[in-house]
Amino acid sequence: MSTAPVLEVRDLCVSYGKVEALHHVSLKVETGQIVTVIGPNGAGKTTLLSAIMGVLPRSQGEIAYLGHAQREIEVERMVAQGMTLVPESRALFGEMTVEDNLLLGAFMRHRLGHRDERATMAQVFEIFPRLRERHTQMAGTLSGGERQMLAVGRALMARPRLLLLDEPSLGLAPLIVREIFRIVADLKKSGVAVLLVEQNARAALQIADYGYVLETGEVAISGPSDQLQDDPKVIESYLGLGGKH
Amino acid sequence: MDFQIALLLGQDGITNGAIYALLALALVLVFAVTRVIFIPQGEYVAFGALTLAALQAGKLPGTLWLLLGMGIAVAAIDLALAVRRGTARRIPAIVGWNIVYPAALTALLWLVKPAELPLPAQVLLALAVVVPLGPMVYRLAYQPLAEASVLVLLIVSVAVHLTLVGLGLLFFGAEGSRTPAFSEGNLEIAGLTISGQTIWVVIASLALIVTLYQLFERTLYGKALRATAINRVGARLMGISTTMAGKLSFLLAAAIGAFSGILIAPITTIYYDTGFLIGLKGFVGAIIGGLASYPVAAAGAVLVGLLESFSSFYASAFKEVIVFTLIIPVLLWRSLTTRHVEEVE
Ligand SMILES: Nc1ncnc2c1ncn2[C@@H]1O[C@H](COP(=O)(O)OP(=O)(O)OP(=O)(O)O)[C@@H](O)[C@H]1O
Ligand SMILES: [Mg+2]
Repeated sequence: MSTAPVLEVRDLCVSYGKVEALHHVSLKVETGQIVTVIGPNGAGKTTLLSAIMGVLPRSQGEIAYLGHAQREIEVERMVAQGMTLVPESRALFGEMTVEDNLLLGAFMRHRLGHRDERATMAQVFEIFPRLRERHTQMAGTLSGGERQMLAVGRALMARPRLLLLDEPSLGLAPLIVREIFRIVADLKKSGVAVLLVEQNARAALQIADYGYVLETGEVAISGPSDQLQDDPKVIESYLGLGGKH
Repeated sequence: MDFQIALLLGQDGITNGAIYALLALALVLVFAVTRVIFIPQGEYVAFGALTLAALQAGKLPGTLWLLLGMGIAVAAIDLALAVRRGTARRIPAIVGWNIVYPAALTALLWLVKPAELPLPAQVLLALAVVVPLGPMVYRLAYQPLAEASVLVLLIVSVAVHLTLVGLGLLFFGAEGSRTPAFSEGNLEIAGLTISGQTIWVVIASLALIVTLYQLFERTLYGKALRATAINRVGARLMGISTTMAGKLSFLLAAAIGAFSGILIAPITTIYYDTGFLIGLKGFVGAIIGGLASYPVAAAGAVLVGLLESFSSFYASAFKEVIVFTLIIPVLLWRSLTTRHVEEVE
């Protein structure tokens, strides 16, 4: 049983109307792994995460989560089974406080009968002390970095088994990017599997176990991340001169 | 006009205004959560009042048949879907809410002779019949179109409104009903007589408003409704389903509507189609609040009540015209002051 991957995607195709955005994508996330998907703008990274989460319907392919093939993917059901997506837009509740945003992150757990949201919130505040300082502030008035922390913190409130992160470094200063990546790497230690979509390929490959390069809706290259870091094509297109550090 | 008359008109205006305020809040809630402009809101007012009147007259209210019928329709659809999707664990809940509950309520109303019960029990029974019609209407008419545009949802609202008014005529006939006051007493303050029912209406409305406020500020489900109104995508990603939020907001709207009807039934005679005008006045209040601000909508609705009451004194033939004309300057003012920011998902 422990050998089944957390997530296994096979031959996934997703279309927007007549235009197919993902062509036969396959990938795997093993227990306790960080897997990254890198690729240029418009490659289909966000589309991939949306289809896994059930926000978008797939036109073909299989998705198995925790060893079970998912016949019909519904967002609420995936959340109930411990999958959480931090979307590119963050989708925070702007006119609500930081604390309420976090509480709502535990909505499904609460609905399923768990009453540990206060304890989880204390843990989230340990990880992001900045959120504790600002817990009464409206989410809409937070800085970009703080919003990002809140988006990740809110996702952690669900105590996910698989966390889908869509470009957590988007628009952040290098120092905060490093901070966020350190936290993602820490999550792995607590047993959370992470599927990380990133433009910042260097930072992503440094913390990931395995990587996929997505180009125009197809997996162009994949492999263990140290191997990808040495791959000439990856270096040329995504890491620039210097390669691995 | 002397001071006495002004006070009387003010009293009238505030009583009606309190009811309009409740309806305005329900309209803002439903629109914020589902983007539905809830024209049938007024039908719940009429259904609440007429159901209570029927119970007091010792008759089984027609709304009970509606509850049974809609329950069967909802159950049929949801059971078919559950079987097709292989979600058998939902079956007990579907049958329980849509078949067992209406049937049990029918049996209860049959057995207990509601006409002989004390008023609070009659009120609870009337609410028990009418309130579940809220989520059922959502399930049948709006849920299949949850992603449709505001305009399509508005057209559906008009259709639902016409259907419910027609059913109201069928169930309750063309005669109006008036129920006895909650308390017979009057209050004498500074030479002015205030009717007991007025005090009931104002206090009950305030209590309901405070309860709603607490619900949205303090409970997780209330917060989930606000979250859906603020960011639908974000709410879904937290596991707050659009369907659940929609049904919950319709449940609240039906409860507010039916309760309002029960409150005013001793003051005005309610006919099967009275709800529409009352609902429209709540709508004017909601528009004053831009269908978004709860306090402004409530204040606007009280203003509508006062305006209506004073214009009925000065120009009673034109009182509706005056009230609805209020919408024009309000819309002008809103279009000049509102920034048009489209939410980007
Ligand atoms: N709602 C939509 N309707 C039509 N086409 C879409 C839609 N959303 C995305 N696309 C198209 O699908 C392709 C993949 O988009 P996607 O957002 O998945 O890319 P991405 O890899 O996440 O890019 P970025 O790095 O810029 O976020 C793009 O060509 C995009 O224009
Ligand atoms: Mg993207």
